[in-house]
Amino acid sequence: MAGNVWVVLQHRDGKLHPIALEAITAALGLAQELGVEVEAVLLGSGMEALASQAASTGVARVHVGDSESLAEYTPGAYVGALSEALTTAAPSFVVFGHSYQSVDCMARVAHAIGAAILPEAISFESTEQGLVFTRPILEGKMHSKVRLKGEGTAVVSFQSASFEAAATDQPTSEIVPLVGDSGAWKADRELLGVEDVAGDAVDLSAADLIVAVGRGIGGPEKMEIIEDLAAALGAEIGASRPVIDNGWLPRDRQIGSSGQTVAPKLYVAVGISGAIQHLVGMKGAACTVAINKDPGAPIFTVADYGIVGDLFKILPALSAAIREAKS
Amino acid sequence: MKIAVCLKQVPDTEARLRVNDAGTWIEEEDLSFAINESDECALEEALKIAEATEGEVVVFSLGPARVGEALRKALALGADRAVHLEDEAFAGGDALSTARALAAAIEREDFDLILTGSQSDDLGFGVTASLVAGHLALPHAWLVMGIEVEDGGTARVVREMESGKNEILRLTLPAVLEVQAGINHPRYASLKGIMQAKRKPIDKLGVEDLGLSADEVGAQGAGLEVLSVGFPDSGAAAQILEGDPASVAAQLVEKLQKEARVL
Repeated sequence: MAGNVWVVLQHRDGKLHPIALEAITAALGLAQELGVEVEAVLLGSGMEALASQAASTGVARVHVGDSESLAEYTPGAYVGALSEALTTAAPSFVVFGHSYQSVDCMARVAHAIGAAILPEAISFESTEQGLVFTRPILEGKMHSKVRLKGEGTAVVSFQSASFEAAATDQPTSEIVPLVGDSGAWKADRELLGVEDVAGDAVDLSAADLIVAVGRGIGGPEKMEIIEDLAAALGAEIGASRPVIDNGWLPRDRQIGSSGQTVAPKLYVAVGISGAIQHLVGMKGAACTVAINKDPGAPIFTVADYGIVGDLFKILPALSAAIREAKS
Repeated sequence: MKIAVCLKQVPDTEARLRVNDAGTWIEEEDLSFAINESDECALEEALKIAEATEGEVVVFSLGPARVGEALRKALALGADRAVHLEDEAFAGGDALSTARALAAAIEREDFDLILTGSQSDDLGFGVTASLVAGHLALPHAWLVMGIEVEDGGTARVVREMESGKNEILRLTLPAVLEVQAGINHPRYASLKGIMQAKRKPIDKLGVEDLGLSADEVGAQGAGLEVLSVGFPDSGAAAQILEGDPASVAAQLVEKLQKEARVL
């Protein structure tokens, strides 16, 4: 008999993180395949309201680790809290939504309980070979299908937008305190503070039209043709991470998991290959155009229209055509 | 400070990729390889800290013979010596089994700091060094965007979070720090560095040297089995417009006006 599926719920500002609701959907799906139940875990301090939110998502039980030592996330305290309960429960899966917090701690959880680890899956299916998980490799250019070798617990994370958010109007489930000695939940690093690096100079989330530029532009001196296309369209300029890291544009232009999340009517991705970290920031675009010299670039799998070729030749023609159409 | 840097040699993904005969990985024969981007940033960070503290940098890498080139490059960039985990038994590992081997290699010496990149550009597990930290029972931080070694055996670390925010952390050393690409701009090797690298040692370690058995490492020791690799489903792929620049531009404008109705 397989163990239950556990799902660790992240939260921020007193609300369940959207990725937590997606993780619940994934966990419910896994549990259905295995014929078991889903047990959710919430860690933090002062958790009553969050616990009742979690209890209405269709999980069988919500385990709440409520302690001062969990008020701020540290891997030490989180792993301490999770490992005792998980070792006792021996789940089949421990599911995390993929976030910068969960990746920081999921490996330590897996190590502490002697589990296998399967990060950043985007889907799973039940096959003759058992449960098969798909995860992107080679910066999203290819996918890998993997299965777990052993019978023991596996710690799995699912990339954002892989599953729909779970409904939050389900019959209330049981809320129980997390098993374990909270005295042993100790921080292993000190949080000195949080700084805002993006600033709020440019709010791309409200832009209707965005021209986003990637590494393919090659350097800051070539940014003029991007500016010209943006001017022709009346669009804001955004960028993928490498452009920002190279200092070609300021950080408040970054779109993706570490930058802004946008949902324009039109998103023109120029010289952007389309790593998953970028895609999660622009998947809400109603219409996406990709211009890239590499026909295998993953951006073409999410775009509506694609042009394979030299952006330095295509952009001037496109800017001219747009100006002509508008006049 | 004595600093260990773990780096991975990865294929250049700009190249045209083909699935190998077994269907479980890409054909490596026609590919070029380079040090993983964020690992190169980790090396740069290590070199800067070592320069400021008159320290030593030891690079570790696991992989077949070709990995020797990556290690030689790291030595040319300024690392003092290298350790190559080379053994057929290491092949086909996942994060779990690779971390086991790396931890066993690092554990043979006493380091003040262990640095590596946050994620590999090929398999992209992003958790290998955190597992190493687990084995070594050291604190760690993933997605590091700044490291300042402080007096008194601690480091002030900037860690990236979502939505343009950073956490500022203090960790007690030794610690494992997984740096994000973009933390710095890695240096280029100088001619002098390349010449000096030829005389720097690369130690080779196999499974037995690490006190491990073959079933604990590589594909045998992995928790995951790769069934197949392939290209993402092209069912939802873009409508590709073809022609010279003026023609594709005109086609696109028409589609944006009439089909997508966004212009």
